[in-house]
Amino acid sequence: MKISFPIMGNSYVAFKQLLEDIGHEPLVPPMPSSRTMTLGTMYSPEFACIPFKILMGTYLEAIEKGAELIISSGGHGPCRAGYYGVLHQKIINDLGFNTKVMIFDSFNRTWKDFVSKLHWLLSSGKTSWWNFYKVFNVVFDKLVALDEIEILSYQVRPYETEKGRTSREYKKCLEIIDQARTRSQIKEAKEACFELLSSISQDKNRNVLKIGIVGEIYVLIEPFANLDIQATLGEMGVFTQRGTHLSQWWKENTKSANHEAKVIKAASPYLRELIGGHGILSVGETVLFAQRGYDGVIQLAPFSCIPEIVAKGILPQVSKDTGIPVLTVFLDEQTGKAGLQTRLEAFIDLLHQRRQKRLGGAVS
Amino acid sequence: MGLKIGFPRTLFYYLYYPFWHTFFTSLGFEVITSQPTNKLSLDMGVQEAVNDACLPIKIYHGHVAELKDKVDVLFLPRMVSVRKLDAETFCPKFLGLPDMIIHSIDGLPRIIDEKVHLARGWFPLWQLCRKVARHLEKGGWSVWKAYLQANKVQESYIKELASGISPQAALDGAITGSVQEPQPAPIPDVHLAILGYPYLIYDSFVNVGLFEKLAQMGIKAWTVEMVPPRRLEAQGRNLPKNLFWNFSNRTIRATFYYLQEQKTDGIVHVTAFGCGPDAMVDKLMELEAKNRGRVPFLTLSLDEHTGEAGVLTRIEAFVDMLRLRRGQHENIVSNNG
Repeated sequence: MKISFPIMGNSYVAFKQLLEDIGHEPLVPPMPSSRTMTLGTMYSPEFACIPFKILMGTYLEAIEKGAELIISSGGHGPCRAGYYGVLHQKIINDLGFNTKVMIFDSFNRTWKDFVSKLHWLLSSGKTSWWNFYKVFNVVFDKLVALDEIEILSYQVRPYETEKGRTSREYKKCLEIIDQARTRSQIKEAKEACFELLSSISQDKNRNVLKIGIVGEIYVLIEPFANLDIQATLGEMGVFTQRGTHLSQWWKENTKSANHEAKVIKAASPYLRELIGGHGILSVGETVLFAQRGYDGVIQLAPFSCIPEIVAKGILPQVSKDTGIPVLTVFLDEQTGKAGLQTRLEAFIDLLHQRRQKRLGGAVS
Repeated sequence: MGLKIGFPRTLFYYLYYPFWHTFFTSLGFEVITSQPTNKLSLDMGVQEAVNDACLPIKIYHGHVAELKDKVDVLFLPRMVSVRKLDAETFCPKFLGLPDMIIHSIDGLPRIIDEKVHLARGWFPLWQLCRKVARHLEKGGWSVWKAYLQANKVQESYIKELASGISPQAALDGAITGSVQEPQPAPIPDVHLAILGYPYLIYDSFVNVGLFEKLAQMGIKAWTVEMVPPRRLEAQGRNLPKNLFWNFSNRTIRATFYYLQEQKTDGIVHVTAFGCGPDAMVDKLMELEAKNRGRVPFLTLSLDEHTGEAGVLTRIEAFVDMLRLRRGQHENIVSNNG
């Protein structure tokens, strides 16, 4: 069966293998492009957030290519993302297609539904649960490897002597990881990629700023949605770290990591209620970045994202208390690269001045 | 009179004020509400609130700013849930509202931001009342009596609201105990379901006098609150998954109810510009209205710049269309000969 799924950063490399190994034909939809956005915007509600629109466009492009089933994740609110599946399905049907959207909600809340859907997927692919378990472990390794390589690229990029080199090598890395099929191969591939990225010639004497990136998970992870902000900043000589990576989100949801609890605790003086999405994490991560001595924080959020609006309302107070500058960027289908670039340049100038002032003050 | 307790006249006011009013006054406090929304509260709200917030949240900020110097205590409950239904809660902005207020408005008096979380525990409403009373240093029998009294008043308020009288009249009626009869109106020729959240539907400043205009045009307006509660909840089965937001569930269920009953000629969805949950609700309503008998559907989006003329024009055009449509169905021979 031809199965498709949403594109979210580099994770498609891992999901592709997952579907292949459980006996289905993965249909990797085209990378999000302006056409995806146009299609998505045309058929989505006007005030839906940008992830909804990009996903809508991606699904329609996947259907054009012959997808029979689309798999995505769900949720239990109060963030709208938990209801995407139902509405996407209704819109797809209204347009006259009969492709099904299969949503995996939280295992903890609806495990019966989760298991029955998974069972159907496995049995139609003629795969046993034991085999699935093995495949899942391999794929998870792949996901972690992808995230580690991505993180390394953000560390290398601000120091690269030849602009754009890291991005090119990073693309090669994705292909190398894509080829690796078993745990040992993935390990080898990962080391090869580390080698490749570390061998890029670097100028370690640069005065590199450190910026933390917080915000809504989809626009953090998908470069198309955030206009490739981390690579852009990297090429401007800024080291960036973001709070959320997909493999880490997965770990949190399977209770094998508890970084999140720390973040929520850090946010508690400012926001005492879980408000859905990543709102409280944006506040907590900002506090933590300030404590770790970062120069600034950038909050990324889709336009009209409710939890992030609440976070934005609170962040000025965090900024006042901890002294860390925060720039909020709301992204929508109208956001242009040049506009964003200008705002980033201004923000970075400000941070450089602050740093100089701080250092100068310490000397005199 | 004891302490003065401030209650902003917006958001939950329209559904839950009679309860809290009775509760506080029976305990011997004075409850002060802000003025009905006006230009001043809007301006203050726009000034204080984060710029990306929606209109109702901005207006809430405005009401709080107006009240802060007039009262000793501000009652800003954190609405988390009012019943047990899947993962139902309120819009994330409601969940974070007390925090947003505290971090954006200066010079606030003491705030009671007790969590209203009625999906959990035994007799959650009573527990909540006890906690609120404890903040005000009250306890014992008087709280229990105030609680019973408040429940009674709330019940009669909801009943009066269901009969279709204006919320202000229903509110006065419930609090003073007098039963108000709905005004006898001429038999309307057009019935419209005006659906949306209570803080948009019942705030005539925000919706620029929509209901008065409809009455003048001889149109009967049906609201979410006019659906019998049990019938409303029964409509939940129409969706594969409940929405996560209480007001949104009420609105979408009312949509299903009016579509099923076929009592109304058209459906008008009143929404606030940039409302997150409504982006979902509006599309669902549009699709359902289309699939269940092609019922005419209009979305009326309100923001801080909404003008009276604009709303009036759209409503008039919509109603003209409805009348024309009906004419076509009834007379096979057209009026023009």
